Parts: sequence; C-alpha cells; structure tokens
Amino acid sequence: MTAVLEARGLGKRYRRRWALTDCTLDLPAGRVVGLVGPNGAGKSTLLNLAVGLLRPTTGDIRVLGSAPAAGPAQLAKVGFVAQDTPTYAGLTVEEHLRFGAHLNPGWDDDLARRRIDRLRLDPAQRAGKLSGGQRAQLALTLGIAKRPELLILDEPVSSLDPLARREFLQDLMEAVAVQELSVVLSSHVVSDVERACDYLVVLVDSTIQVAGDIETLLATHFRLTGPRRDAPLPSNQHVISARHTDRQSTFLVRTDAPIHDPAWTVTELTLEDLVLAYMGRGSTGEQAPAPLLEVQR
Amino acid sequence: MIEFSLDGRSGVSPYLQIVQQVRHALRLGMLEQGDQLPTVKDVVGQLAINPNTVLKAYRELERDGLVAPRPGVGTFVTRTLTDTSLSSHGPLRSELQRWLGKARGAGLDDESIEALWRSAFRAAAQQDIA
Repeated sequence: MTAVLEARGLGKRYRRRWALTDCTLDLPAGRVVGLVGPNGAGKSTLLNLAVGLLRPTTGDIRVLGSAPAAGPAQLAKVGFVAQDTPTYAGLTVEEHLRFGAHLNPGWDDDLARRRIDRLRLDPAQRAGKLSGGQRAQLALTLGIAKRPELLILDEPVSSLDPLARREFLQDLMEAVAVQELSVVLSSHVVSDVERACDYLVVLVDSTIQVAGDIETLLATHFRLTGPRRDAPLPSNQHVISARHTDRQSTFLVRTDAPIHDPAWTVTELTLEDLVLAYMGRGSTGEQAPAPLLEVQR
Repeated sequence: MIEFSLDGRSGVSPYLQIVQQVRHALRLGMLEQGDQLPTVKDVVGQLAINPNTVLKAYRELERDGLVAPRPGVGTFVTRTLTDTSLSSHGPLRSELQRWLGKARGAGLDDESIEALWRSAFRAAAQQDIA
C-alpha cells in the first residue's frame, strides 16, 4: 500500500515556539484519516506543511510521493480546503466555478454543476451572502471537482450547525465512495470523525500521540480495573494512563496479547475514551492551557 | 429496498449494526431473495459514514452466503433467513438455563454471571482472531 503522506522527523517552529515536533507518520492511501487534537495542538500546521503553504523547519514530508507543491502536477493531485472553508466573498458561485475550471487541469465541470444544482445554490449569488453551511458546500464542491487524489480539509465542519455538518459529511463520504479519493480531515470534535474516518491520528502539544487504523486501535486498547497494583504491568501491556485510589487501580493499556490476569475487569474502549486518554498524556511542560476536547453528539 | 439507521449510543460498531439490520430484515421477510441492498454510495450519502464500513458489512454478509455482489450493478440477496436458526435456539436455550442454574447454585449473582459470560465471550472471540 502506498502512502499518501509520509513525514520523517518533521518539525515546524514559529519564532520561538515549536508548533510541530518530531512528527513521523505514514498515512495509507484510500482511507479517510481523522486528525484529532485540541485547538492549538498543531493540526493546521501539519496540514499546511502537507500542502506546501509552510516549509518545514526540520525533517521531511512527502505527499503522494513528491514534495508538497513541487509543481503543477503535484498541485493538481492535492485538494485543500482551509480552516473555515474560505471562499471569495465578492465572487459569485458561478465565478468560483469558472475560477476552478481555469486553475485546475483535471476540473470536472459536470460534477461541479450537478452539485451546485443539487445544493440549490444560486449561481448568481455572491459567496459573501451564502450561509456558513452553503459556503462550506461550495468549498467542498471546488475541492471535489478538481478531482484530486488526496483531499485535505482543515476543521471543515467545526463552525457548522448539526444539520449542515451532517450534509457536509454525507457529501464528502459520497465523494469518497464514488471517486477513488483519500481524505485527511482535522477536527477537535471526536464524534465528527468517529463515523466518517477509518484511520486516526491524535496530535497533542505539537506531538503525535498515536496513529493507526481505528478498528485496530479499538481492538488493542483496554481499560483494566481491579485491586490496587503498584507493581509494573507485564511488558507487553503498554500503559497509556494509570489512576489509583488507595484500594483500586485503573489502567488504560495498549496490548496485542489477550489479558489473562483474573484480577482485572477488562472493558473495551470507545473511540472517545481512547482519544481522551492520549490527550491526557500530552506533555504539559509549558504553560499551555489544558487540552480541551469538545465531546458532543 | 431497505434503509439503514445507526444508533450512536448502542456501543455496537456501525458495520455490525448494518449487518444486524440486514439479517433482521431477512428474518422478517422485509428482504427476499433477489432484492437489492442499498448501494454503498446511497448508504454513505444517507448516514455520513465511511464507505469502508459499508463494504465491510456487505463482505461479511457475503461470507455468510446471504448476499452476492453483481459487478457494476450492486449487491443482491441470495438467501433468506427463515427461522431455521430458531429451531436450534431451543436446545441451546435449555442448555444455557441448566448452566445458569448451576452458576446460581455455585453462589454467583446476576452481575457475576454477566461478568463471567462477558469475559468468556471475549476470550472465545480472541481465540477466533488468533
């Protein structure tokens, strides 16, 4: 399986602050990757590095086998919808489509117009007058009609109301099903990615905490609850978090082996539990505000 | 044609919910041999879920011999689930009841029985995977 995104020791510093450190990542093709983390964790930085809007301070990143934004061919293969789904407020919907057709060699005008039609967007309407949901759909239309191999979306649904959010994800998933499209989308809301994504990357305090196939992650993480234990756990049980009262211990572990110790009550984790456990682990050296993850349904 | 719905709070994974809903529809006769399942595009367009989730559910149904894909057309029901499985329910149920009696006799309360059942179930599932 080829990687759509490969990062090796990737880092980015803005003046004195590191926004991303030592990021090593292989994102497989044909997946919908959820990049999850609190605001300010470095998600946008990573995505901006992937599309070539930022240059790395350290390390190396390759997207679909080439350096980001290496040339016209590379630009045509990668679609990007930046945070808050920006559009040109003064241009009409129609002008956006013509703009898209002009700039993108692989532009699928049929697809774009069918979508605009189905969304009941008025081609003569200026983008500045559209609702947030309509603007997001217009940005998605441009991203899809470009026919990229990889579509990168930075917090595409965070500012949308629940209905617009659902419609947006429905259309995105439909595009994934129909076109052979790999997607990387970031979100600080776990429940957004839970159904749409099949691969997860958790980014906290500018560091990747965990990355992997969601099903595999869920099948290898467990909560162990039992009488207090101060001795270390078996070496094949990697502790993500540990809490103790005077009588009881609760461990969250990652392990490939079955857990046989009868002292433990073993429970499976939801994706939310798993993400929160890794978020709680982020280094807290600086005076950064405590990671805040919205959990909503 | 049937439509799927997902219960986000059930704790059952979306792919399994789709499998269960197809089996349920087959049992109730809402789906019959030759009927078409919703296309992957339709399902993801409706539920906003990952296409691989639907593909995985359909593959599992295919492995169970309940549906078969026709390339370029869709996925079709090949077998109904009439209540043949119910006939084997009886003996299994009475065996389970005997076992429950034994467990109670050994002093286990409902919660212990449930915990025991769950850990045995998990162990069996893990053996299947291994």
